[in-house]
Amino acid sequence: MKTETSAVNINRNIGDFSYPEAHVRDAGVGLSERTIHYIANVKDDPDWVREYRLRGLKTFLEKPLPTHWASKDLEAIDFNKIRYYLSPGTEPKRSWEEVPDDIKRTFERLGIPEQERKFLAGVEAQFDSEAVYSNIKKAVGEQGVIFVGSREGLKNYPEIFRKWFGKVIPIADNKFSALNSAVFSGGSFIYVPPGVKVKHPLQAYFRINAENFGQFERTLIIADEGSEVTYMEGCTAPKFNTPTLHSAVVELVALKGAKIQYITVQNWASNVFNLVTKRGLAHENAEVKWIDCNIGSRLTMKYPSVIMKGRKARGEVLSIALANDGQHQDTGAKMIHAADETTSNIISKSISIGKGRATYRGLVHVPKHLKNCKNNTECDALLINATSRTDTYPAITVRGTGNAVQHEASVSQVSTEQIFYMQQRGLTEAQAMSLSVNGFVNDLVRQFPMEYSVELKRLIELEMEGSVG
Amino acid sequence: MKELNIEKLHIAVGDQEIVRGLTLRVPRGEVHALMGPNGSGKSTLAKVLAGHPDYHVTAGKILMDGEDLLELDPDERARRGLFLAFQYPSEIPGVTIANFLRAALQSRLPEGEELEATDYYAKLYEKMELLGMDRSFTSRAVNEGFSGGEKKRTEILQMAVLEPQYAVLDETDSGLDIDALKTVAHGVNSLRGPDLGILLITHYQRLLNYIIPDYVHVMVAGRIVRSGRKELALELEERGYDWARDGATEPAYR
Repeated sequence: MKTETSAVNINRNIGDFSYPEAHVRDAGVGLSERTIHYIANVKDDPDWVREYRLRGLKTFLEKPLPTHWASKDLEAIDFNKIRYYLSPGTEPKRSWEEVPDDIKRTFERLGIPEQERKFLAGVEAQFDSEAVYSNIKKAVGEQGVIFVGSREGLKNYPEIFRKWFGKVIPIADNKFSALNSAVFSGGSFIYVPPGVKVKHPLQAYFRINAENFGQFERTLIIADEGSEVTYMEGCTAPKFNTPTLHSAVVELVALKGAKIQYITVQNWASNVFNLVTKRGLAHENAEVKWIDCNIGSRLTMKYPSVIMKGRKARGEVLSIALANDGQHQDTGAKMIHAADETTSNIISKSISIGKGRATYRGLVHVPKHLKNCKNNTECDALLINATSRTDTYPAITVRGTGNAVQHEASVSQVSTEQIFYMQQRGLTEAQAMSLSVNGFVNDLVRQFPMEYSVELKRLIELEMEGSVG
Repeated sequence: MKELNIEKLHIAVGDQEIVRGLTLRVPRGEVHALMGPNGSGKSTLAKVLAGHPDYHVTAGKILMDGEDLLELDPDERARRGLFLAFQYPSEIPGVTIANFLRAALQSRLPEGEELEATDYYAKLYEKMELLGMDRSFTSRAVNEGFSGGEKKRTEILQMAVLEPQYAVLDETDSGLDIDALKTVAHGVNSLRGPDLGILLITHYQRLLNYIIPDYVHVMVAGRIVRSGRKELALELEERGYDWARDGATEPAYR
């Protein structure tokens, strides 16, 4: 499936360009047991992983699409027309010089090597199905921190990998976690030894380059007792005419007293179905924090979760969703309290522009036998146009006494008067909109690491510029 | 001629004609007070000058330094030097005064040119001092949770920072106690000068004790019925709007 064009396609979307494909390994179109065996052979999987994949396929085929509660738009995905594995067939490189030119140019245009030099402790770059680059700063590696692709994790650290893989999110959690379990490839494997605090973030960048393709990375992060780590992921893809599928599974394990912060800026092209399962397990006194920003994609369904398994564990989800014309951001959070004195916090802000639609689904669960658990949920929606839409589906089950829950929700609109006021000070309509939206998310963005808040504000400005006038 | 020139202006909202053939000139360097009872069309005029989308000019002209304002969008008018101090300023949640004014100044620079941050803050703090405002004010969101007096003072602060050529002050005195009124008046007076023309819209004579106008115009039912020097305001205070209306001939303009 090579395209003849050598010219690069570009428009205002930074990620909307692609180079001709040069894949050596290709599982072909469609999904069957043969596909699974192809992937398992190419990746040289141990038998238990091959078995795991086959169970994943079986479960995927058995489970119906969840359209009884989710968007019917899911029916637009033709699973028989997708390619499930594409790779250059080489190992990930440790230096950018060794990365093939086209791929290197892609990441350079996205600014990844530059960011690595500036403020990152390590970078992994995935191109279609496999990591093409993976590097950790020497000083961080010497502390015993492992940061590799999932395949390398499985090969070189089987005892840690197998112990936790699939334990936070079982195959049958949902149809798409089952699909990922069947065809997963790429993603990060991170292990932080006890007491090690990784100062700078580790970053992964996921890039889809090929058409009719599905990316199914699998990320597993284990923070051992008392350790701390921040992981950031970014993603882009060119906009193709046919739907692209991205269905990841991310499992986090924070052992006693550990802290994991996981940051996502999702900027997929508007033809991408982004169906992701993310869950963290927080042991005693541990903290799992998801910062989740969804700007791109056609349909995103993602509800980062924390299971607070140990006493005094903490879970947090801070999320921002921006839904423009033709987009549906169906996002939210799940907080499962499973021990005494656990606390969780959810702050969700969504912005709907034009005919865009934002949905918030929240689940907070505190069973009867627990004491002194707390949850705070705030969800605010901003509607830009009369045609914009927002829906909120909170599900809060709190039983027993001595547990406290607080829930606040608001819907607001940018008014004509407000825009006129700002225009009277000299701002164009688009600038006024953009500033209003930035104001709406500001208190939340302030809690993000600096590099990300700057990037996020820039992305919001780009979206607003394109949506007015 | 450096002036704001309103000629035979007619304004309608829906089928209703609110302003009916209004003519008024505000040259730079002068303060013109526009007085009138409720519903006379004063605030409508203010909004139309700024380009509010809900009002329609059915006839007449508005020229600013010779340029046709009606051809311009609200933000273009603002960048060319027209400022409106709103009677009811909007809240902009989450956007600080410092960031808002910075964006407003930035919008006046040519593309690719960045506002110098240190100069900006120096200017902002200087103007705040002038208005007796605490510096911590800059980190509050624009008008959010402000008292009436704080809102009006913030309007004047914006005017001071943006340095317009023409300013329309719409009922800037309404809702202010005497201390707040004095502060706001002091702020406006300190901005007076040969480069600034001010149209001061007010219902009451009270404000004009503190901002002494060069001319006073009385507006009733969409037209100017009397014009005169500052003494007209006092006479009007004494005799009431009915007197102004009854004795009206063609407005004597200078």
